[in-house]
Amino acid sequence: MTATQPAAGRTPVRRLAGLLHRHRRLRLSLLLTAPLLWLAVLYLGSLAVLFVSAFWTTNSFTSEVVRVWSTDNFHALLTTPVFRQVILRSIGVALAVTVLCALIAFPLAFFTARVARPRWRPLLVVAILTPLWASYLVKVYAWRLILSQDGLADWMLKPFGLGGPGFGLPATIMTLTYLWLPYMILPIHTALEQLPANLLDASADLGAKPGRTFRAVVLPMVLPAVAAGSVFTFSLSLGDYITVQIVGGKTQLIGNLVYSNIELNLPMAAALGTVPVVVIVLYLLAMRRTGALSSL
Amino acid sequence: MKGSAIRLQGLRKEFGGTTAVAGVDLEIADGEFFSMLGPSGSGKTTVLRMIAGFESPSSGTIELAGQEVTGLAPFERDVHTVFQDYALFPHMTVEQNVAYGLKIRKVSKAERLKQARKALADVRLEGFGKRRPSQLSGGQRQRVALARALVCRPRLLLLDEPLGALDLKLREQMQVELKALQREVGITFVFVTHDQEEALTMSDRIAVFNQGRIEQVGTPAEIYERPATSFVASFVGTSNLLDGDAAERVVGKPGTFSIRPEKIRVLKESALADVPEHATAVGTVAEVVYLGDATRFLVDLDDGGRLTALQQNLETSSEDVAAFRGNRVRLQWHRDHAVQVPDAS
Ligand SMILES: Nc1ncnc2c1ncn2[C@@H]1O[C@H](COP(=O)(O)OP(=O)(O)O)[C@@H](O)[C@H]1O
Ligand SMILES: [Mg+2]
Repeated sequence: MTATQPAAGRTPVRRLAGLLHRHRRLRLSLLLTAPLLWLAVLYLGSLAVLFVSAFWTTNSFTSEVVRVWSTDNFHALLTTPVFRQVILRSIGVALAVTVLCALIAFPLAFFTARVARPRWRPLLVVAILTPLWASYLVKVYAWRLILSQDGLADWMLKPFGLGGPGFGLPATIMTLTYLWLPYMILPIHTALEQLPANLLDASADLGAKPGRTFRAVVLPMVLPAVAAGSVFTFSLSLGDYITVQIVGGKTQLIGNLVYSNIELNLPMAAALGTVPVVVIVLYLLAMRRTGALSSL
Repeated sequence: MKGSAIRLQGLRKEFGGTTAVAGVDLEIADGEFFSMLGPSGSGKTTVLRMIAGFESPSSGTIELAGQEVTGLAPFERDVHTVFQDYALFPHMTVEQNVAYGLKIRKVSKAERLKQARKALADVRLEGFGKRRPSQLSGGQRQRVALARALVCRPRLLLLDEPLGALDLKLREQMQVELKALQREVGITFVFVTHDQEEALTMSDRIAVFNQGRIEQVGTPAEIYERPATSFVASFVGTSNLLDGDAAERVVGKPGTFSIRPEKIRVLKESALADVPEHATAVGTVAEVVYLGDATRFLVDLDDGGRLTALQQNLETSSEDVAAFRGNRVRLQWHRDHAVQVPDAS
């Protein structure tokens, strides 16, 4: 090994390494410049452009963008019933998906983290993650097949005299719940797995029955993880517009309005686009109070 | 005659292939400060966990205050535990931690708060109620755990090496406080430790554990002065074991004998054994260790075997000590202090 020889100390590579070692700032700036530039220019830059263009208007005959400042778009967002309805519906869908994910994920994670034999746990985690390796579109089209007329859902519910939900809002919520479920299971699984067993013992020791221990110890300690998972499920649902196109029937969400306005009224699309950004920022602020962001 | 707080009969516990507890019979009286002493892995924690109800025994029975509880869940037993790593709830304040047991017992909020404050004051933690466990030092957490367990006035308190994580000074201070507290509240304490000094200084009685079994139960003096087995003799305190030919020549009968180092006097070789109940042996000083308050002599006996003798440094100082090395000396002890123990098998 040349590196162990004393002469190696004078090679240019070594000298550079020494320089970097001594100058912490230099090291950090070399390391972070590229990613920071990417983040600042591409990400924050485009957000800024989006926000600024939301204050422009269009010539309604030519669809040309007119660069004159006005708050008309935001005014329209808040006053036009259709817009208001779609915005509220989108937030409602995101919340419904989040709640459903949490309700389904908790027992699953409880099983994978505390009930299943330790040997099986890593395998179960992999099993939870496998759907994430499949293409988004494949999964959504699979749900389209399941929910279509005389599809799997109809066929399975027929013996009970029921039919599948068909395409529409419930189908959208179901599909989104399926899509984002792993993002909820994983943080809850981790939190439950790290929950010290002797806290459960201590609770029982002080007289608590299992239900009480669950409410007073397990739930509060896992809540930050649920909030962390909800950040994913909520923001991913709010930003989605493809699922609703495929299984949503005539249902419109914010994404669809943005999409349909891009050609005709770009500033309006931009104004619509800022809505999820603002909602998610508010959601993050709310979640920060639960301590969820430190467990992300 | 006091009632019995705990009675264990034929208690066994196996985990898969390993036997953690291999048949324990034990009776602990009401109000006793009872210690379970033994090396790590000897099954003390497992016995404690079975008494608390966290583990169910593979066989055997557990009685608490005369009632069989073997099949009962922890929340159905009038027992509280102070865990080795305290197991405080991190999402609750110190006060909420202490009040937890009361809340479960449906004590009113005002009463709960009052009792929790009182319990915290009893362990000298008044004013810490609003903090989180993470904002406390190890010794403070230990006392919160104690307050949390004591506030519900259980009949029986189990403590699993509660002082293990503390530094020496704090540990010694807590030993005194714990003992005083136990005397004050009159609750039965079952105290697990691997520290023989701790067990000897605090306990009314001690059970010495080894490999899932109890080797001896007795008062600290009995355990120390009359070890029932060679394991007890060597685990509790420093011990000299004499066996084989050396034992026969020095003690005068065959067997294994234990003599505590401080019971052995170091004399000049020429000194004569004056009293018939004294036994003596001559040898050469192989090693001298100056300990500050005392000096330890390792003496190779002419009859075979090696004995350690401990002498208070009444007159000797560190300078004199080294000069003893290689000297011929006579060791002398009272015959009663050579305690015969069953042979190590
Ligand atoms: N949950 C468990 N699973 C498997 N083996 C265990 C378990 N708990 C304890 N043991 C084993 O039982 C033996 C006794 O352990 P323990 O009661 O903790 O001893 P101590 O408290 O005296 O150190 C050890 O060999 C330990 O490895
Ligand atoms: Mg232990």
